[in-house]
Amino acid sequence: MNNGAGRRINGGAEEDDDEDDVNGDLDAWERTYTDERSWESLQEDESGMLRPIDNQALYHSQYRRRLRSLLSTAARIQKGLIRYLYIVIDLSRNALDLVDGYLNQIPSYGHREVLILYSALSTCDPGDIMDTIQKCRKSKIRCSVIGLAAEMFICKHLCQETGGTYSVALDESHFKELILEHAPPPPAIAEFAVANLIKMGFPQRAAEGSISICSCHKEAKVGAGYTCPRCKARACELPTECCVCGLTLVSSPHLARSYHHLFPIAPFDEVTSSHLNNPNCKLQRNCFGCQQSLLDPGNKPGPAVVCPKCKWYFCLDCDIYIHESLHNCPGCDSLRHS
Amino acid sequence: MASAPSKLYADDVSLVVVLLDTNPFFWSSSSLSFSQFLSHVLAFLNAILTLNQLNQVVVIATGYNSCDYVFDSSSDLNRSFENGRMPVMCSSLLQKLEEFLIKDEQLSKEEPEGKIKSSLFSGSLSMALCYIQRVFRSGALYPHPRILCLQGSPDGPEQYVAIMNAIFSAQRSSVPIDSCYLGSQNSAFLQQASYITGGVHHKPQNLDGLFQYLMTIFATDLHSRSFIHLPKPVGVDFRASCFCHKNTIDMGYICSVCLSIFCKHHKKCSTCGSVFGQAQSEVASASDKKRKTPET
Repeated sequence: MNNGAGRRINGGAEEDDDEDDVNGDLDAWERTYTDERSWESLQEDESGMLRPIDNQALYHSQYRRRLRSLLSTAARIQKGLIRYLYIVIDLSRNALDLVDGYLNQIPSYGHREVLILYSALSTCDPGDIMDTIQKCRKSKIRCSVIGLAAEMFICKHLCQETGGTYSVALDESHFKELILEHAPPPPAIAEFAVANLIKMGFPQRAAEGSISICSCHKEAKVGAGYTCPRCKARACELPTECCVCGLTLVSSPHLARSYHHLFPIAPFDEVTSSHLNNPNCKLQRNCFGCQQSLLDPGNKPGPAVVCPKCKWYFCLDCDIYIHESLHNCPGCDSLRHS
Repeated sequence: MASAPSKLYADDVSLVVVLLDTNPFFWSSSSLSFSQFLSHVLAFLNAILTLNQLNQVVVIATGYNSCDYVFDSSSDLNRSFENGRMPVMCSSLLQKLEEFLIKDEQLSKEEPEGKIKSSLFSGSLSMALCYIQRVFRSGALYPHPRILCLQGSPDGPEQYVAIMNAIFSAQRSSVPIDSCYLGSQNSAFLQQASYITGGVHHKPQNLDGLFQYLMTIFATDLHSRSFIHLPKPVGVDFRASCFCHKNTIDMGYICSVCLSIFCKHHKKCSTCGSVFGQAQSEVASASDKKRKTPET
């Protein structure tokens, strides 16, 4: 049940990943029996002895590959943070024309994108598809396609012309990976969106007992709403556009969620034997983040990573958590900078 | 990184990670002395450990120059009880705390006057979250984790991005951040942290009764909180500060490239250098590219 056959087709030219998740390449009905197939989690070593597959090292090496490919392309490149993205599930035939019409109305500072989930093996277009593709290209719309069946030339052509990425999913877990690859903002093409100052309001939360007429539900409501700073109308939730004066209303956490794209942390370096033999480096027994022991059962140094800035050592799991979810180095944040 | 709820113990087992503010600049000017504060906190920690046999407590000290772990109730050294008296916990915590304070003071450098003397809250919060992730990975059953911040120092604006990152990560892992603010002003960071993650924020009116506030508000485990009337968030301030003056504003201008917040209209963004209203073509051949005209 390995995906040995078939290559991954990717606009971004990623290298082949041989060691896929053990359960991810099974069909849905097979997954119900995975718990009983315990023999699959064993493999033979050089002397023919059986040992369990080292999932942690596999997982960590997958993660490092992912990080390297992300960082090599997007180190100090400007990202398009304000995105207007349409996701097309291919039940419509003239999707590109429709999307082009919608995206023409958005402000000039927004980046225009389309993500098409495509599983058919042919297209049925109302006009000349090449004309539509050129129209999208002129409107600066970045089209990406995720194929569920086979690779198609027309999709590849569309993505190449508009600067998007084309990938074909091999199985469910791969499909999830491919979709999530579109979640971080893509590198911005400078001419596509004009830089602009957008006026936004930061409303205060109304006091618990206040009564006012809500502008979205058109009825009186008690407490727990937000007051537009310009026209004082009440909105129920954020982020939204004020119904009365059209001001974009956000709260500062909504903007703060994107800050980790702007201030990424440096990847940690793997600890090599030269690090350990260096008499100057402090011999750290525990991971700085979670206090887990960095020594393996034989009291020899186990696998670890080190932050290039603060020089603290971290375990592999903290490395993954810090770079994928937390986006802060605990070591750097625990040192006062002068 | 989702936690698996099916791996939890019974409802009322908790892991409380306490972030203790040891900033000497704050404690030297506080009405409550640090030693009185510690006696309230130690009694509170002991009470949490007696509420349930499987409860765990971890204490991280938030200093002015550094942060470090000072106590872990699940480590073997701290588990011995002597004749039912106040366990070894107190002495080991106090000893480690003293070592930490000495080390923290030695790291002090000359600081210019007038700077806000904040503690390294983002560092200890990040460490707490790493520890909690380790607990999630521990395999078999694990307790409900939560974080309790005992902070008095003012907010340091340079830590804003790091604290928000930590808050969102806590929200994603469903870890509530409770906060008890001991200072005189208000801490917007603590209010936001508790609001976003679903924790409780409270500023005690009378610091002499701190132990009572801690026991009645912060000692309850997460499951029982739905049955108890806890202080509600009163007007959480979500307004942003402008990057140019650091004033709180309720209407501002956002750069579409780097999301910097300004209070007045500028021609150029001071953070990313984008010129507003023009296509940002760095290439000198501006004549080759057509000016972007609004599409009809």
